[in-house]
Amino acid sequence: MNMGTDLAYNFVFKVVLIGESGVGKSNLLSRFTKNEFNHDSRTTIGVEFSTRSIQVDSITIKAQIWDTAGLERYRAITSAYYRGAVGALLVYDITKHLTYENVERWLKELYDHADPHIVVMLVGNKSDLGNVRTVPTEEAKVFAEAKGLLFMETSALESTNVESAFLEVLTAIHKKVASKEVTRGSISAVTLGQTLGPSSEFKEERRSCCNSS
Amino acid sequence: MSGDGSKKQFWKRNTAKVPGNIQHVYGAQHPPFDPLLHANLMKAGNKPPSATTPGKPKKATTFQEFESITSDAWDVGDDDDELLAMAAQNLNIEVVMETANKVIENHSKLQERRQEEGAETTTDLSFSSEALPLSGNRLVKSHSEAPVGSPKGQSNIRTTAVLHRQQSLPHRPVIPLVARMADQNTSGTPAMSEREASRLDKFRQVLAGPNTDLEELRKLSWSGIPRQVRPITWKLLSGYLPANAERRESTLQRKRQEYFGFIEQYYDSRNDEHHQDTYRQIHIDIPRMSPESLVLQPKVTEIFERILFIWAIRHPASGYVQGINDLVTPFFVVYVFEYIEEEVENFNVSSLQEEVLRNIEADSFWCMSKLLDGIQDNYTFAQPGIQRKVKALEELVSRIDETVHCHMQQYEVEYLQFAFRWMNNLLMRELPLRCTIRLWDTYQAEPEGFSHFHLYVCAAFLVRWRKEILEEKDFQGLMILLQNLPTMHWGNEEVSVLLAEAYRLKFAFADAPNHYKR
Repeated sequence: MNMGTDLAYNFVFKVVLIGESGVGKSNLLSRFTKNEFNHDSRTTIGVEFSTRSIQVDSITIKAQIWDTAGLERYRAITSAYYRGAVGALLVYDITKHLTYENVERWLKELYDHADPHIVVMLVGNKSDLGNVRTVPTEEAKVFAEAKGLLFMETSALESTNVESAFLEVLTAIHKKVASKEVTRGSISAVTLGQTLGPSSEFKEERRSCCNSS
Repeated sequence: MSGDGSKKQFWKRNTAKVPGNIQHVYGAQHPPFDPLLHANLMKAGNKPPSATTPGKPKKATTFQEFESITSDAWDVGDDDDELLAMAAQNLNIEVVMETANKVIENHSKLQERRQEEGAETTTDLSFSSEALPLSGNRLVKSHSEAPVGSPKGQSNIRTTAVLHRQQSLPHRPVIPLVARMADQNTSGTPAMSEREASRLDKFRQVLAGPNTDLEELRKLSWSGIPRQVRPITWKLLSGYLPANAERRESTLQRKRQEYFGFIEQYYDSRNDEHHQDTYRQIHIDIPRMSPESLVLQPKVTEIFERILFIWAIRHPASGYVQGINDLVTPFFVVYVFEYIEEEVENFNVSSLQEEVLRNIEADSFWCMSKLLDGIQDNYTFAQPGIQRKVKALEELVSRIDETVHCHMQQYEVEYLQFAFRWMNNLLMRELPLRCTIRLWDTYQAEPEGFSHFHLYVCAAFLVRWRKEILEEKDFQGLMILLQNLPTMHWGNEEVSVLLAEAYRLKFAFADAPNHYKR
């Protein structure tokens, strides 16, 4: 279910979902973009992709959301997928403390590969399983603040806070873009009718095959 | 139009290599080989069509025709003529002609023999259970429709031709929505068609001898293996079972014992510190596999875990990588089939004897190992094998369908973004399981099918959707399309068409099987 039409949007924001395998990234994605949840969702291979348009103030934003495998093995491949991302949801599972412990590692990778101005939200997923929680909310919240991250606990299964999480991230991104905190060139944002993307030389190089006679 | 001369040469090596390559290319004596084609060679004396550049197959028309008449895949005559003729230009003409001659020779010999046995054999296909002297009899029926090269008995041949035509365009009912998952015959018809029975007989004959002719088995398998003989055929093709029938039992015993030994040696270490992560990852991945109804059965879960864990420990260069788990499923399902009648979705493995299940597990382990041996660099650090293959796919597509390629470039779709999964999971995520199983029939018949032929299948697969691809005019639309291609109702027919096209590509572009490794 896509809110907003595909035809008219003011911006495209690329957002990536990262975090350990099995924390629920894919279901957060499907819950947000299709209002679907799958108990036995298959492991993500490579990258998967979905979109949804939302309204922020009077602006239509198309969220282009990238989901990837959590396994370390893939990082060499998927490091490229950080390119142009303006937002990230770093997800852990509140019932698996190990997935929370690895957040630092993910942050490091994020900052190694992504835009320095990227908006990051720490997301504690599976909040419906509060009875087997191993990561206290307060602890994670404090950690997030210390690192300058947004924070939210969600349940993709019950659909709790999923909308809010994405909305908050996208709004924060929009704010940054609007305040010109970043130069247009470094963020892949689309204005009506025009694509501002990777540097122009890069673009020309890629079009060469189409331009050849 | 595409690039400079040196780039063109990329796909074509030293012609000196070529004669040997013809032998690798099964097509000349294979079902996929179109007899209209060699008919042309015979009469035209191998004149290439003037309009086209040598070595460069027609792109647009080939695929447009492909698109519009996919149900008649075996009857796409014109392109085959030109394609082979063009390819032949760059190949050793003598070898091509010799191969073509051989086919015709076989063909006419078989025709002769059938003459001797009487005309009734044309109508008496294969419901007869007595073994006819020649498997080739059947070969004729399903092989050729062209009367060319058969000097005798025109009426017989015409009957055959008619028969064949009927067989090549099977009147199947519409594929049911819930097609039987792992079954080759997606038609849903309970009874075997004449053609299917005929093929099954052929297989049985080849498998019956004291020393299975693996070449012959490969040739037969290329076009699909009947369900009843698939387990043993897969084991033979993969090299797990020796061709010599006498040695099979002892080999099986030995290999199975070896695997059981691995279980004892390795499996208990799964909770050890240095193996914990591996096991944990496998443990959470298996319940997420499909078919759920199968993998969630506790016994099956455990079997898959063991197979994968042991493999991962024994292959530290890659360890366990997500995607490898999917590769167990076809073997397991096919080998389980040897013992059951029902569909795999409804099947409870507990009904199988303990020993049987153990053997299936061991066989699956070894066959999966063999498969992975050929593609291990897909899974080693940074997955260089996959990166290389995706690159090769891009190059190939840029040559075979420039329009599609440019379209993707225009919207900045990177091949890695969708084709990574195609390589990592051998298209298993893009196709229903029954199609994967059919695909693997051909992959195991081909030399390096999983690594080399797979590339051409991916290219054919991508271009198969050119219409849908070209209709998408933005990045989002393209990505979502490419990651959700509508193959849910695919069956044998679609896969056969795909394979035929892949074969054609390979024939046009490949020389040595390893040509793309640089």
